Amino acid sequence: MASLLEMTGIQKHFGGVQALKNVDFDIEAGEVHALVGENGAGKSTLIKILSGAYTPDSGTIKIEGQEVTIANPRQAQALGVVTIYQETSLYPDLSVLENLFMGRQPRRRFGLLDWGAMKKEAEAVFKRLGVDIPLSARLGDLGKAYAQLVEIAKALSQKARILVMDEATAALTSDDVERLFGIIRTMRSQGVAIIYISHRLDEIFRVTDRVTVLRDGERVGSERVANVNQNWLIQRMVGRELTNLYPRNIRAPGKVLLEVGNLTRIGVFENVSFSLREGEIVGLAGLVGSGRSEIVRAIFGIDRYDSGTVLLEGKPLSSKPWEAVQSGVALLPEDRSRQGAILAMPVRANMTLAVLHNLHKGGFLDEKQEASITDRFIQALQVRPPRSELPVASLSGGNQQKVVLGKWLASNPKVLILDEPTQGVDVGAKAEIHQLMDRLVNELGVGILMISSDLPEVLGMADRLLVMHRGHLVAELPRGASPEQAMAKATGLEAQGIAHVR
Amino acid sequence: MYVDRGRQYSIAGFLAALLVVLALAAGNFFSLGNFSDILVNISFVTIAAVGMMAVILTGQIDISIGVTLSICSTVAAIASKAGVPIPLVALISVGTGALLGLVNGLLVTRFKVHSIIVTLGTMSVFRGLLIYFTKGAWIYSLPQDFRSVGLGTFLGIQNPIWAMIIVLLVAAWLFSSTAWGRSLYAVGSNPEAARLSGIRVPFVQASVFVVLGALVGLATMFYATRFSTIQSNTGQGFEFVVITAVVVGGVNIFGGSGTVLGVALGALLVGITGTALTFLGISAYWEQAIQGLFILLAVAFDSVRLRRRRYVLQKVRGGV
Repeated sequence: MASLLEMTGIQKHFGGVQALKNVDFDIEAGEVHALVGENGAGKSTLIKILSGAYTPDSGTIKIEGQEVTIANPRQAQALGVVTIYQETSLYPDLSVLENLFMGRQPRRRFGLLDWGAMKKEAEAVFKRLGVDIPLSARLGDLGKAYAQLVEIAKALSQKARILVMDEATAALTSDDVERLFGIIRTMRSQGVAIIYISHRLDEIFRVTDRVTVLRDGERVGSERVANVNQNWLIQRMVGRELTNLYPRNIRAPGKVLLEVGNLTRIGVFENVSFSLREGEIVGLAGLVGSGRSEIVRAIFGIDRYDSGTVLLEGKPLSSKPWEAVQSGVALLPEDRSRQGAILAMPVRANMTLAVLHNLHKGGFLDEKQEASITDRFIQALQVRPPRSELPVASLSGGNQQKVVLGKWLASNPKVLILDEPTQGVDVGAKAEIHQLMDRLVNELGVGILMISSDLPEVLGMADRLLVMHRGHLVAELPRGASPEQAMAKATGLEAQGIAHVR
Repeated sequence: MYVDRGRQYSIAGFLAALLVVLALAAGNFFSLGNFSDILVNISFVTIAAVGMMAVILTGQIDISIGVTLSICSTVAAIASKAGVPIPLVALISVGTGALLGLVNGLLVTRFKVHSIIVTLGTMSVFRGLLIYFTKGAWIYSLPQDFRSVGLGTFLGIQNPIWAMIIVLLVAAWLFSSTAWGRSLYAVGSNPEAARLSGIRVPFVQASVFVVLGALVGLATMFYATRFSTIQSNTGQGFEFVVITAVVVGGVNIFGGSGTVLGVALGALLVGITGTALTFLGISAYWEQAIQGLFILLAVAFDSVRLRRRRYVLQKVRGGV
């Protein structure tokens, strides 16, 4: 018998980047098939091809043995392929029932909505899922788990045969995750094929039948889950060898600069404590949603925290970004274009933004000093093209990042927090940023707290690595730890293991 | 600084063309007396427009300045009738305007509600309070020294023109050459990035409302002093003319870009319309419609420019 879905030899490239190289993927009816890989491995691209958002350069897609073309999302839906994204596409101010039928409400004569038919169908779908949910409730009052559930119900009522779930549990609590798994098993027993994408490896072993691993656009393994273990998975996901990409000269760290004690923001992170010393790089790893970015935002005063302390050189750090900046803390934010650079302003104005108040000379901005600061960092960071009058928007991503970095270096920080400093930065610029980080800690004694999704990178750069999982600091790994160890902690596999032993 | 100068050139060009038409159609438009009359007439709009520019640069707007002008006029007239010397009256007017601006600024930054809503509310509240306290009565028989504030001259140039020139020069310096001015552009372009760079965004946002209020208080001294009575509904529609001047002058309504020179030209263009119509023999009833048309033209102009600039930007990127 042919598989329900069979994708063969799928190729896709964007510009010069080959996102998918000859990838095969198939799924049977009543199967839960996990799709895993690091960020940028090609999972999203493959799913977007299946759901009609992208068209492949070459390769075939067969559904029940019939070759099909999926040119747009509407065709995908007609074929029974429905994708549920992490950020749901629902309307929090409408009722469950209205959400379920948004845009495809059954009509009666004179264009009136057929509420009776809607109700009947909704009840049938929820019965099939084995859950009870008040149809008239406002969705926004029900919480994220129900939103996920309503998305699934919506997909089923659209006669979904192949359901793609992209990081469905990212926003859910552990109770809700259990409920979702129950529903997944129910759907499986009813013959729905589910493609399950998750960074949380423990979930793969608990709910899926088969797993396919992508790395750098290639399929590097596809096995029955029963036949593999976590090491197999992690090795295939991480793949690369740790070479000497990361130039570090380790020195003995100096006095404590930043001390975080029992920092808690309810529902986001809990009792997080760590310290950062002069002349060391501390890595902070964890999956998206683990609370790692939220922690540094709270330290810098962007978000509030509920309890705990943040001390800078023994003194409490205030909870406002401008005061943090003045006391010598700098944060390079994750979202470069929205939080880092002011794209419409020239390189010069961006570089001096954090030191504006020190640039006074008799009431005027000291333009000479501004030019000298700008030139210094354009040189030190090799910003290309080296022109201070260009708006930042006209630079490439890597060079924009260098400008934002330059802005913070100009403020002479004691503590430098880098949230994904090399995201979207090309290999050359990446190496330059790494070298600069090493020089900052060694020559100037800066303490760097570095977040990166790229495990080999953060392991290569950091003196020690803190790992977060679901809002908790779960491990501190020394220099030389392997990406596999870090991944095991970050995905909660290890924690699961401990639970079993107990 | 961050702006292409295109808008300044195009308004200057448009003004020049208008003046040529006027010269051909009505030669006496160009008498020195007429020209200084025009400048005196636009002085209070220009002064307020500079304040409005600061507000709009940060991505905010204030539609309550008509009633600010009203309250300042009333307060100044009452003070003057009570025998307060003119320099002190001016100070009181500026202070009153700044205070009303501070109320707007604090409401906007405390409640994080968009300023168009906040000032829509304060506009009605302020107007209501004014009518309550004046009982809607007009203020008559203003003292002569109050009414001659705008008539005085220094070095042969009328006081309102001096005030306008000084405000424009100080603003040009403040906006382009101080940390505060720079932060206006930063906050208007990307408030989140500005905040994370250590700029005190709420302080900056509140400060522009105070500056605008104070400038409206100053403008009052060249506005209220032109009349023999102050009505409690005076100044209605003032916000419209001022915002028109700023937008026509090339300040991006969403914040982040604009120049003082552009605003000065915008105010001149808006202010000259009424006089030009009279000289061209067209009914002055068209004045408001034509000012509105200027806004639409300015916006259309911006969207075309923006599209072209994006295209150029793409080419620059592709080439690097």
